[in-house]
Amino acid sequence: MAEKDKWHFTMTPTRYVLLVLGLVGVLMMVYRLVFGLGSATNLNDQWPWGMWIGFDVLTGVALAGGGYSTALLVHILGIKKFSPIARSAMLTSLIGYLLVMAGLFMDIGRWFNFWRPFVSWGYHSVLFEVFWCVSLYTLVQMLEFGEVATEKVKKGWHGLFKKILPALLIIGVLLPTLHQSSLGSLYVIEVGKLYPLWWSMLLPVFFLMSSFFVGPAMVTVETMLGARAHGHKPDISVLQSLIKVSGYLMLVYLVLKIVDLAYRGATGLVFTGNLEGNMFLLEIVFGVIIPIVICFTPQLRNSVGGLVTFGVLVVAGVILNRMNVVFTGMADFMGGAYFPSVIEWLVSIGLIALGVLGYLFIVENFHILPNHKLDQATIPIDGVNSKTSNIEMSN
Amino acid sequence: MSKGVLVDITKCIGCGSCNVACKMWNNLQYNQTAPEKGSGLDAENWTVINRVETEKNNEPVWRFVKYQCLHCEEPACASACFSKAIKKTKDGPVVYDVDLCVGCRYCMLACPFNVPKYEWDKTFPRVRKCQMCAGRVYTGDSPACVSVCPAGALTYGDRNSLLAIAREKINSDSIYVKQIYGEKEAGGTSWLYISDIPFETLGFRTNITTTPLPHYTESILSLTPAVGLGWGALLTGMYVYNRRRNEIANEKEKPDKE
Repeated sequence: MAEKDKWHFTMTPTRYVLLVLGLVGVLMMVYRLVFGLGSATNLNDQWPWGMWIGFDVLTGVALAGGGYSTALLVHILGIKKFSPIARSAMLTSLIGYLLVMAGLFMDIGRWFNFWRPFVSWGYHSVLFEVFWCVSLYTLVQMLEFGEVATEKVKKGWHGLFKKILPALLIIGVLLPTLHQSSLGSLYVIEVGKLYPLWWSMLLPVFFLMSSFFVGPAMVTVETMLGARAHGHKPDISVLQSLIKVSGYLMLVYLVLKIVDLAYRGATGLVFTGNLEGNMFLLEIVFGVIIPIVICFTPQLRNSVGGLVTFGVLVVAGVILNRMNVVFTGMADFMGGAYFPSVIEWLVSIGLIALGVLGYLFIVENFHILPNHKLDQATIPIDGVNSKTSNIEMSN
Repeated sequence: MSKGVLVDITKCIGCGSCNVACKMWNNLQYNQTAPEKGSGLDAENWTVINRVETEKNNEPVWRFVKYQCLHCEEPACASACFSKAIKKTKDGPVVYDVDLCVGCRYCMLACPFNVPKYEWDKTFPRVRKCQMCAGRVYTGDSPACVSVCPAGALTYGDRNSLLAIAREKINSDSIYVKQIYGEKEAGGTSWLYISDIPFETLGFRTNITTTPLPHYTESILSLTPAVGLGWGALLTGMYVYNRRRNEIANEKEKPDKE
């Protein structure tokens, strides 16, 4: 439904700010590539992995999980009532993965060698699976977007994209299932190093489940803020059903977590009052239990406030979970100290700013949203991202 | 036959010859302000001697603990490397090939002994750790550090015969702790230690799993093909089924297309 064939992108003050942040980020990335990790980051021998892996990659991939979970619900299970949100969720995911790829590229020490695992197969490494899956999935998502893009440009290709779309959608759910779980498996080899509240042979299952249930939460936050910015009432009914999908999954997740802790005899560690125990409680109570209560209390679920609270808490909970695995849970063993450098912050913020600008440009120039007129979308999306970085900062 | 080194901590006098030999053979930088003793491993220090002050029979004693890569029988670092830049050779050494390295540093995270270090000050850093003088070992020579030890604290040989020697020693002399560090830790290492002071006191990580670390990930990764195929088939089935169902529903209501 491309009404006009010309491109438009109105610059607002917020967008200028985003553009400046993005450009600063790009400059910092060039600096990092030229001068190396040591001069650009605060990483050290105790903390070889920091913010770029912990936040930009591990958390980024999880928060982009809204793409494959929505694709599964709408396109594979054919639940039509969720289709209004499908394209925006999948676009967010595509942009999220592009940012993840950029973040990864920044983080590898010998970046000119990034292609090595394509030919030198370290198939015994979890990272090998992650690398292949994330690369292929980013490609698949770009092809999926081809179906949207060819509605406006290169229209002759549209038929072809429509034809291959089913295969893409199936592969596009299969690959994330594999690598979302593999991101958890990465930390299985940290046995004895990662604090027992988080280390488990079920890490892949926990990572997979949380990446799935955070999807509807992200979609909820985005939709609600978007609707508020336009001054019209959000379509709550879609979101209410959507978060119930999360709710049921979170219930299973919670039970599984408790059973797993009990099985490994780590239940006592929850209430010891140390940093790890408290962070774990914070993550579970605010990120899982309270959202479940909201989800299964009709009065709360039916209110805008309840839905927003649900979304924000679940997103924050998943971010906190990844931060706990990468930082809180490893701190005791690693020793030393690490706090991201200014450049690490600027690159991460710059990438997010570029992602938001890219999202806005595509939303305003392609048919992504059901009621296609979204000029003030800057404020809501910006809000989402600044919220996520705040949570991370407080960690 | 897989080679190894047996370190007898009771014999080490802390002279630091091994450190100097290591630096000379491997062309590592010498930093005047950071002597070999008391410091941790880093990019230019592949072996260190840590001085431990402790007590034995209520008497203060010193012990010198040589520390370097232990060259696991089944190394976590090599299994974690997704581009095969780290390999366990047949002779025993776990070696690094910079040409294949992407620089992800997962090896540093995977190592249960905190051994691999990084050249943080370089634009294109390398992972740095003891290579057990793989070139020397390949030609039948002992590692540089072993060849210069004047105190007889280091014994080079087949891992199996070293284990036999170590067992013989700790069983025949009551001063030894009845444990060979490296026999079972992380599934066994090429470097073995015996001591008269408990290993925990000397700063060794003793709560380490005896299952080789790669086994943990293998048990999960081996499920990937089955999960991939099964889940892929299920997704395809669900897709086809639901599309057909929606088509039928649409035909019943009105001829409507997506």
